[in-house]
Amino acid sequence: MSFISYLIKGISLGSVYSMIALGYTMVYGIAKMLNFAHGDVIMVGGYIIFIVMSVSGLNPIVGVLLAIILCTLLGITIERVAYKPLRKASSLAVLITAIGVSYLLQNVALLIFGADTKSFSSVIKLPALKLAGGALTISGETLVTIPLCLIIMVALNIFIKKTKTGRSMIAVSEDKDASVLMGINVNKTIAITFAIGSALAAVASALLFSSYPSLSSTSGAMPGIKAFVAAVFGGIGSIPGAMIGGILLGVIQILSSAYISSQLSDAIVFFILILVLLVKPTGILGKVMHEKV
Amino acid sequence: MTRLKALNKSTRNNIIVLGIILVIYVICRILMAAGAMSNLMQGLLVPLCYYSILAISLNLTVGILGELSLGHAGFMCIGAFMGAFFTKCTENSISNVFIRYGIAMLLGAVCAALFGGLIGVVVLRLRGDYLAIVTLAFGEIVKNIINALYVGIDNKGLHISLQDAAALKLAEGGEVIVNGAKGITGTSRDTTFTVAILMLILVYFIIVNLINSRSGRAIMAIRDNRIAAESVGIDITRFKLLAFTISAAMAGIAGVLYSHNISSLVATPKNFGYNMSIMILVFVVLGGVGNIRGSIVAAVILTLLPEYLRFLADYRMLIYAVVLIVMMIFNWNPACIAWRKNHPIKGVLQSVIKKKEGSASGKEGGKAS
Amino acid sequence: MEMLTVKNLGISFGGLRAVDSFNITIEKGELYGLIGPNGAGKTTVFNLLTGVYKPDAGIITLDGKNITGLSTIEINKSGIARTFQNIRLFKALSVLDNVKIGLHNEYRYSTLAGVLRLPSYIKKEKQMNEKAMDILKVFDLDKEAHLLSSNLPYGKQRKLEIARALATNPKLLLLDEPAAGMNPSETEELMKTITLIRKKYDVTILLIEHDMKLVAGICEKIFVLNFGMELANGLPGDVLNNPEVIKAYLGE
Repeated sequence: MSFISYLIKGISLGSVYSMIALGYTMVYGIAKMLNFAHGDVIMVGGYIIFIVMSVSGLNPIVGVLLAIILCTLLGITIERVAYKPLRKASSLAVLITAIGVSYLLQNVALLIFGADTKSFSSVIKLPALKLAGGALTISGETLVTIPLCLIIMVALNIFIKKTKTGRSMIAVSEDKDASVLMGINVNKTIAITFAIGSALAAVASALLFSSYPSLSSTSGAMPGIKAFVAAVFGGIGSIPGAMIGGILLGVIQILSSAYISSQLSDAIVFFILILVLLVKPTGILGKVMHEKV
Repeated sequence: MTRLKALNKSTRNNIIVLGIILVIYVICRILMAAGAMSNLMQGLLVPLCYYSILAISLNLTVGILGELSLGHAGFMCIGAFMGAFFTKCTENSISNVFIRYGIAMLLGAVCAALFGGLIGVVVLRLRGDYLAIVTLAFGEIVKNIINALYVGIDNKGLHISLQDAAALKLAEGGEVIVNGAKGITGTSRDTTFTVAILMLILVYFIIVNLINSRSGRAIMAIRDNRIAAESVGIDITRFKLLAFTISAAMAGIAGVLYSHNISSLVATPKNFGYNMSIMILVFVVLGGVGNIRGSIVAAVILTLLPEYLRFLADYRMLIYAVVLIVMMIFNWNPACIAWRKNHPIKGVLQSVIKKKEGSASGKEGGKAS
Repeated sequence: MEMLTVKNLGISFGGLRAVDSFNITIEKGELYGLIGPNGAGKTTVFNLLTGVYKPDAGIITLDGKNITGLSTIEINKSGIARTFQNIRLFKALSVLDNVKIGLHNEYRYSTLAGVLRLPSYIKKEKQMNEKAMDILKVFDLDKEAHLLSSNLPYGKQRKLEIARALATNPKLLLLDEPAAGMNPSETEELMKTITLIRKKYDVTILLIEHDMKLVAGICEKIFVLNFGMELANGLPGDVLNNPEVIKAYLGE
């Protein structure tokens, strides 16, 4: 029974990872850059919800909605101020800038909220489900997280396949220059991608911190990096890949910390990343990219 | 004639830098002898050297090879623990400090180099961003494992465990040397300012001479254009590995200096984590990517500034973050590039950014991918 | 004597047969032109010959040695050097260093010798510098030797690429649109330089070019590629008057 409960816990954490991984994979596919600051947007989302709930005592839903709005704006602003001026720069320069933005967000949060860890109270008020005569307990957070993530995935997939904006995103990810010739506003498309990614990060923050309630200025970094690992795992640029990768990663993490060593669970996750990249550098569902000579 | 000129130029630069470092060393010595140097400053002398070494070492990967490594603190960590472990084991058997410390240094460098080579093999096939994330993962793995690592020694030899000290099953009289998250305690503090300066000079010369040699040119060719480098018969794998290995070895040296400058060595996010890797990256970026002397200057300034301007200390990390973003936009945004062309002021900032290392090292790398 | 023999070479990308049954024989010392409309597969042929792409059919023989399937590096060591349609210089390095990198495999010393500046380093660097300057002189680039290669004007960048390729001491030199973007007088000068290096370095040349004046002016034989297949092959006079070729270039 404990195995099943770990498995469910893993899938739940994995669903959150896949939602964060979506942000990475979409931005990577479209802007061809690793948005290192994505994980820190989650942290910002967490603080927004925390403030709304603890200070104003409003309904948690208000907090989540506000977090979605503010994170979306934050994502667009970051893109506008830090990344847009570097469209033509080398990938190394863009990566260093992204690391700078990530570091900036962390340290601004540190200055505002201090170094002490805040205890986040769950936004989900659903009672836990007891199965098999109490041998298997599924928390309310898990009951919400998994279906919500599934719904968002499906909705996103429909949005990208069926709407004009979604299709222009595919076009830009395939060939930026050709998209310009086809009359697609590349800058706008990239901004929308950042907006969607950041909004998803805000939702992920509500779910993540409800299950793992310690909130500090660096609590976005590790989930962020792991979600990126998940995106790489599933094949960067691929939306179903992000989902599969996220869930696999969540399950691996929870199971390895339960059965091998909780101290080494991060090391195991990263070790798997290295293995995957060695065996199949494009990930599970990734495409091989050719460099034009 | 041109050969003489070219050779003379890099040799001349070498001599100038050597002179400056020696003059600074002598001044520090005189100040210390006269008791005119604050304890704070005395305590910073060795860190300044190993931070400079780290910055030079990362610049080899970022500036010369053109690949971003975010796990540099991991190589430093390996060097630090290997060196301290050796010193701790042989403290009683090898009484000569020079020999013992020399071997510890060598061991730290070689071990870090081995891991550098290993990680090099893994990342060779990967493009820039992937490489950055794998090196980051590597750094975290190292920190994680060291924190869970227990090594003890008794008359039967070494005992290693990843569980706890009791699992080592040491015989009577055995000693736990690496004690998990508590690390290594009670190492002798063998690093002196003189040793640290000597290592800095050594590392500097290795890099500068490498850049101006056949292998260095091959590495820079890979950075500037991988496909063209292949087309003229340069073995990409070999030279990427070479750069990774040398860079890791140097970080290992910095680690040995670090671990023998403190009495208790533990791996925390602060000293060997991601933050440290970022701090080294900030040194490299502020000093000018590919500019070796700039790396030293930036490491020194950014280490001293927060110590002396205490009110800045709280904002230290924030300033680092802003430095990264502003420097990149300043260097790469088309509008900024045009502005710089129209305003060719020989300001301090600009000379730091634009100054070239010898005739060779070049500016931004990373275009190859 | 045959320098390059290509038999039945082909490659597909997805469903597209980019190059199909490509056959060519180039005699030692010959200057061969490879022409064809845009998208005919000319650069793909170069990429196949230099190992950037692995052919899915055919055999490539260079100077009696089978080089099919070798890596780009090994093929360069076997004696093929090339230039690129979109110039690929080592931009952050000096003009001289660009050529010295071409000499990488000819003048060897160990990394250790370089770091310690041992006598072998000093000796080989001296020889390298002399050889590189010799090559630069042929291209009239010796005065710019210490400039950054990216600061050279366009035409000179193209020449530097040829110089770098020649530095690897090739038996066969592949030039991908060497005159692209040059004005008529620069092209004229380039034609002279190509003729000169043929004699001086005893090198066989295969070049892709759109400038028909250049092609007709210096090529001894011409191969016309269309949709990845041979359209015509032979002496310039015959090929350029071939009605099929004219049709392919001008349309129906």
